[in-house]
Amino acid sequence: MVKVEFLGPISKESLELDIKNLNELTKILKDDVTVANWLANSAVAVNDQLVSTKDIELNDGDKVSLLPPVCGG
Amino acid sequence: MSLELYDGSLNVEEIINRWYDVHKDSNYGAIITFVGVVRDESGIEGLSFDIYEPILNSWFDAWQKKANEKNAIVLMAHSRGDVPNHTSSYIAAVCSPKRRVALEMIDEFVEDFKQSAPIWKYDLIGGKRVYAEDRSTKIKGAGILN
Repeated sequence: MVKVEFLGPISKESLELDIKNLNELTKILKDDVTVANWLANSAVAVNDQLVSTKDIELNDGDKVSLLPPVCGG
Repeated sequence: MSLELYDGSLNVEEIINRWYDVHKDSNYGAIITFVGVVRDESGIEGLSFDIYEPILNSWFDAWQKKANEKNAIVLMAHSRGDVPNHTSSYIAAVCSPKRRVALEMIDEFVEDFKQSAPIWKYDLIGGKRVYAEDRSTKIKGAGILN
């Protein structure tokens, strides 16, 4: 299973999903009304490393994080 | 060390004095600090912050490496949770042998922090947290799942 967590203001509990890559995750999240609107603005990290492409395979135990727009300071 | 996170407002005097005491004998010719203070504007009572530490740590480590290549170091303190108006939520510093390196690096360090550090800001209005969406910036590479 892959853990998917939603950071900051995205008010959604983590998910445990049986997915093999980020394309499968996209399909699931686009159908989720609480998350769909965040997808265009959110960055993605796999195992706490930011990624710049969707062509990434996921393995059992991986963690995917969605990071919406930031504003520190 | 060098990246410090606190619940609530920062104790500015303690942090800056300690950084000065620790680093003044290391032969740095320039120690520049930036202190961010929460402003009273738009009727807010203060700000509130969420931080994602694993990626903040790797962002900070990359900056430390970059600073070290110029014989400098970076320091940072930030608040988690609620920070009332007229108190500090953020301090950044650069210590460098050379003035020019420190002056340029504090600018780059603070600006990159604003654009990249995984920290989320909320206005405190009527005791509630309201995401500061209009002041927030997409992290580079955002939108790949869209």
